[in-house]
Amino acid sequence: MTSERTQLKRDLRKAGGRRRLTAILLVLPLFLFLLFSFIIPIADMLRRSVVDNELATAWPNTTAMLQAWDHSSPPDEAMFRALGTDLRASAEVRTIATPARRLNYALENGRSLVMNTGRSLRALEGEPQSWRDTLLKEDPSWGDKKTWIALAQASGPLTDFYLLTALDLERDPEGTIVSRPPQQSLYLDVLLRTGTMSLSVTLLCLVLGFPLAYYVANAPEKTGNLLMILVLLPLWTSLLVRSAAWIVLLQDQGLVNAMLMAVGFSDRPVPLIYNRIGVLIAMVHVQLPFMVLPIIATMKAIPTAYMRAAISLGAHPAIAFVRVYLPQTFPGVAAGTLLVFIMSLGYYVTPALVGGANDQMLAYFIAYYTTSSANWGLAAALGVLLLGATAVLYFVYARLTNLGQVKLG
Amino acid sequence: MKFSWKWAGGALTLMLAAGALGGQVYADRPLTVVSWGGAYQDAQKKVYFEPFKKESGKDLIDESWDGGIGVIRSKVEGGTDSGWDVVQVESEELVIGCDEGLFEPIDWDKIGGKDAYIAPAVHECGVGAILYDNVLSYDKDKLKEEPRGWSDFFDTTKFPGKRALRQGPKVNLELALMADGVAPGDVYKTLSTPEGVDRAFKKLDSIKKELIWWKSGAQPPQLLASGEVVMTSAYNGRIDAANRTDKRNFGIQWNEALFTLDSWVVLKTSPNKDVAFEFLDFIGKPENQAKLPEAIAYGVTAKGATKLIDPKRLPDLPTAPENIENALQISDSFWIENIDRLNERFNTWAAS
Repeated sequence: MTSERTQLKRDLRKAGGRRRLTAILLVLPLFLFLLFSFIIPIADMLRRSVVDNELATAWPNTTAMLQAWDHSSPPDEAMFRALGTDLRASAEVRTIATPARRLNYALENGRSLVMNTGRSLRALEGEPQSWRDTLLKEDPSWGDKKTWIALAQASGPLTDFYLLTALDLERDPEGTIVSRPPQQSLYLDVLLRTGTMSLSVTLLCLVLGFPLAYYVANAPEKTGNLLMILVLLPLWTSLLVRSAAWIVLLQDQGLVNAMLMAVGFSDRPVPLIYNRIGVLIAMVHVQLPFMVLPIIATMKAIPTAYMRAAISLGAHPAIAFVRVYLPQTFPGVAAGTLLVFIMSLGYYVTPALVGGANDQMLAYFIAYYTTSSANWGLAAALGVLLLGATAVLYFVYARLTNLGQVKLG
Repeated sequence: MKFSWKWAGGALTLMLAAGALGGQVYADRPLTVVSWGGAYQDAQKKVYFEPFKKESGKDLIDESWDGGIGVIRSKVEGGTDSGWDVVQVESEELVIGCDEGLFEPIDWDKIGGKDAYIAPAVHECGVGAILYDNVLSYDKDKLKEEPRGWSDFFDTTKFPGKRALRQGPKVNLELALMADGVAPGDVYKTLSTPEGVDRAFKKLDSIKKELIWWKSGAQPPQLLASGEVVMTSAYNGRIDAANRTDKRNFGIQWNEALFTLDSWVVLKTSPNKDVAFEFLDFIGKPENQAKLPEAIAYGVTAKGATKLIDPKRLPDLPTAPENIENALQISDSFWIENIDRLNERFNTWAAS
């Protein structure tokens, strides 16, 4: 009896173990995919926004000196010697461009200061009597406290420089965090712009999408299917093509303006493109399906009996709609708005094509710093800003709508 | 199937063999030349790549890229051959890459000597490939009068209508200063001072409401063709192509044009350096360079080439003496140093 029981137990465990193994094996490819295409890159991005080892790698002696420095006493000969020898050595092995680029983010003349000094030091024979005099003769800026503060702040291994820049902040020579000068304060405005534009797109999508979804969900099957195809059709066309099509439609000599002028709405072309209006129109068009589809899905699942019951109990159809039908669509509405809003936050192609210079969203600047200027630290910091803003909004939203019950898609 | 060590061993041997074979093939691979694709690379293929193959008997394949110093960096940083030998780069990439030691120094003796090329084409790490212009362009059918320079671009009473410029500070700050009366030769001196930068932005401010921003070189001719703008800054080759292939009637104002060069570089990791310089020598010869402008309206860099070009084609090129006379070379050193800061300022300005 006992042995039979243990045998059974063992078999069960074996079967359970096998099932668990199968489950793991089935999920494993997806998990690996997510790990390598999503989790690791994001972690690396977060890391890049705070790691600052460009100076330390190229100029080890200077970095060691700077870490012992109190940031206020004037740099002594030993520090100048460390800098001078590091500069010369890095110029000889051609690693000098990296610290030059890094210092240029913090100093007006950072790059030329480092490159020119490095070039002259390469030609220098032997050890000079005073490194201080040699460097000051090359460029008096080496005597500025500002230069040394910048060197110290860039000497890593960790930095808040990029994250502060992404928040329009910087450290002054005393190390206190202050606002950046107005001409270089940009990213908070861009973040606000990104948020407002995403919100506008989401609201417009909701206003246009809800009635449409209601109609599709309650129309006879044939009409419903046809409308569904019309909703889905834009999804099958490339984003680039759709955005470009809007350029053709909305330009001064375009179809829309021709119509507006033909019906006497305006006697000259209305500026509809390369501005905010153009971005809103094109983005709403792109995002509409993502609003409509989840709402349709919820509406289809709402039993018609509820409305009929409410009306038969004496409610006015409008009241019944608001009090009985509408609340049941909330999960779909919540999923749709969240989906559209979060997708809009990261938008890049559409604003770049149909927007003006002041319609560019955060993604544009991330792309700029990654591909053109190769300032990956700042690109990563802006990415962190976007990620942070998205996360905060998500949690606020979750609180407001009881998102726990909402399933995306 | 049961796991079998025999199979695994077989597969491993096969992989090793393939790797060795691949490595072998790689070491003797043909010269790989990388350029900018599209109509431009087609032209190069016709006048440079194919004739070189035929004449030298050496094998050559060409690839294209979209630029970015990061790409070059990742190709070279491994220290081993990454498959590219000769690459055409933009002027900033030339300077940055040279500073970082990504390129082989040019052996001028092997390619005809420095004196065989125009001065701006000579650099420690690169030899100029083409010279091209940012010009003021306009639709001749729409404007009765020809705009004489950038000051006319800013004159909205004489030339009413919208204008387009490339999105970003580069080129625009220079042309704004020229429009404000700064001589081309003094532009960068002025721009190096905070007051000069303010002055340029103030000038741009005066027509901000009339401005549309373009991003890719294909846009300016489209904006002109659709009637969206009356004037725009543009790359001269694109305007010439629109006139020749689409039968447009666009005008180019060469006065106060801003020119720059693309250069050929040899990657530090190239195993084909000798062939690379042989190739550069071949395409640096005046008689070979003279054939390029027929195919695309860019200026060439060999001193003797211009007099071999069909005289009818010369006036279309940035290098024609009367076209380059009052042109300004875009300063790489200025922009490498200032692009981030001025870009921030430009974006803040554009948003306000």
